[in-house]
Amino acid sequence: MQTRQVYKVSEVTRDIKLLLENTFGQIWVEGEISNFKAHPSGHFYFSLKDENAILAGVMFARANKDLKFKLEDGQKVICFGDIGVYEPRGQYQLVIEKIQPQGVGSLQLALEQLKLKLEKEGLFDPGRKRQIPYLPRNIGLVTSSAGAALKDILKVLERRFKDTHIILNPVRVQGQGAKEEIAQAIEGLNLFNQQARPQDRIEVMIVGRGGGSIEDLWAFNEEVVARAIYNSVIPVISAVGHERDWTIADLVADLRAATPSAAAELVIPRKEDLSQRLDELTERLVNAFLEMAAGCKENMENLIRRLSLGAAHIRELNSNGLISLLNKLNLLNPAALIPRYQEKVLGLAKQIYVQTEHFLKIQQAEFLKFSSRLSDLNPLNILNRGYSVTFSQDGTVIKEASSIRPGTMIQTKVHKGEIFSKVTEVKQDG
Amino acid sequence: MAEVKFEEAMKKLEKIVEDLENGELSLDEALKKYQEGIELSRLANQKLESAKKKIDLLVKNKKGEFELRPFQEGDEKED
Repeated sequence: MQTRQVYKVSEVTRDIKLLLENTFGQIWVEGEISNFKAHPSGHFYFSLKDENAILAGVMFARANKDLKFKLEDGQKVICFGDIGVYEPRGQYQLVIEKIQPQGVGSLQLALEQLKLKLEKEGLFDPGRKRQIPYLPRNIGLVTSSAGAALKDILKVLERRFKDTHIILNPVRVQGQGAKEEIAQAIEGLNLFNQQARPQDRIEVMIVGRGGGSIEDLWAFNEEVVARAIYNSVIPVISAVGHERDWTIADLVADLRAATPSAAAELVIPRKEDLSQRLDELTERLVNAFLEMAAGCKENMENLIRRLSLGAAHIRELNSNGLISLLNKLNLLNPAALIPRYQEKVLGLAKQIYVQTEHFLKIQQAEFLKFSSRLSDLNPLNILNRGYSVTFSQDGTVIKEASSIRPGTMIQTKVHKGEIFSKVTEVKQDG
Repeated sequence: MAEVKFEEAMKKLEKIVEDLENGELSLDEALKKYQEGIELSRLANQKLESAKKKIDLLVKNKKGEFELRPFQEGDEKED
């Protein structure tokens, strides 16, 4: 007799699990979504069904976080994943790794879904579009600092009006984090305006990038970017280099340019156009003034004619007199004299300088000579050499013997001290 | 007048031309306006010919305030 094999529930379940998982491995399954539930944990639970059958499906948060479009009941999808068995419930299910809509691409579907949503909210409302300012002084730019868009815009600037200030808020335009960076940069330019002086405020901004594949441009189809453009106080020109398709950013923006170059051309006028406008204005200015002057001249001529009718000879006299007066005045015109006098004054000043210097030099030499003589003449120096000087009683210096009589007192000053003596004899020379 | 921008000069010039064309000014006023207009035209022309493009980067400083820093072509960072 055959031995009866008794399985435990978990044993048979494990065997089924192994059997199923080994049989199918990873598979593609197509079907329609039903009973879709997004769990707060981030996991998606739904069923795939067709006319005859139903298959439970789960898409864990790890797998669905990069999903571009929203899953909805009734959607026809193709899923890729493993058939797994959830033992606690004894349930087999498809553990989905990838999912894509059937018919349209997933990106396309996401785009359509978002478009519909934003349109309902009025983000594309044509009545909301603002005027792009003419000849903006400060232009904001949200793009990559290394990308083609910046190069193209700078190239446009090169051949257009250069008195333009570009404020670049650099971002990554594709890849992870690009959409957030773009949205923040748009916001950043608006915040900058709040703290900037009025003349530094950004009047218009260009948001975009150079051409690329639809995936490369995807950041400009993201909701966060659309909302940032919508909320921008500064008018926005979108410039996503993709002539054929409009991105969501294009739909929200106040103005759509097909390329960054086109955007720059929309806001930066051509030099020739400005030059032409300036020429026109200048011509009108001159004409208006000439016309006015001509009117005045005519008035004056009328007056003169009337005057001349009555008093031709007086006028002649007057004008003769005037002319001679004018000639005289001209000769006396102080303005003409100033340079001449200036030259003269300069010449004089130079002479004075030269002469003073010369004079000072002579004076200095004289002074030196004089002071050495003064030193020779110092009486003390003479006494020093053995000479003496003699004074009479009344204090005068005795220069002649005859001025002294014998018997009088005299006083002799020598180098050191004085001698008082009585004159015994006077002898005169010659 | 050194800081007059092109578009300001143009706007002022436009106004002056209109005033003159209205013909309600005295000769004295007209002459003054005319001279001012010629000067503005000269300035605007100068701006047009000599203006240099200016590119700044918007950066946040340590205090979290926005600052403009001159952007050098060629010092781009890769993205």
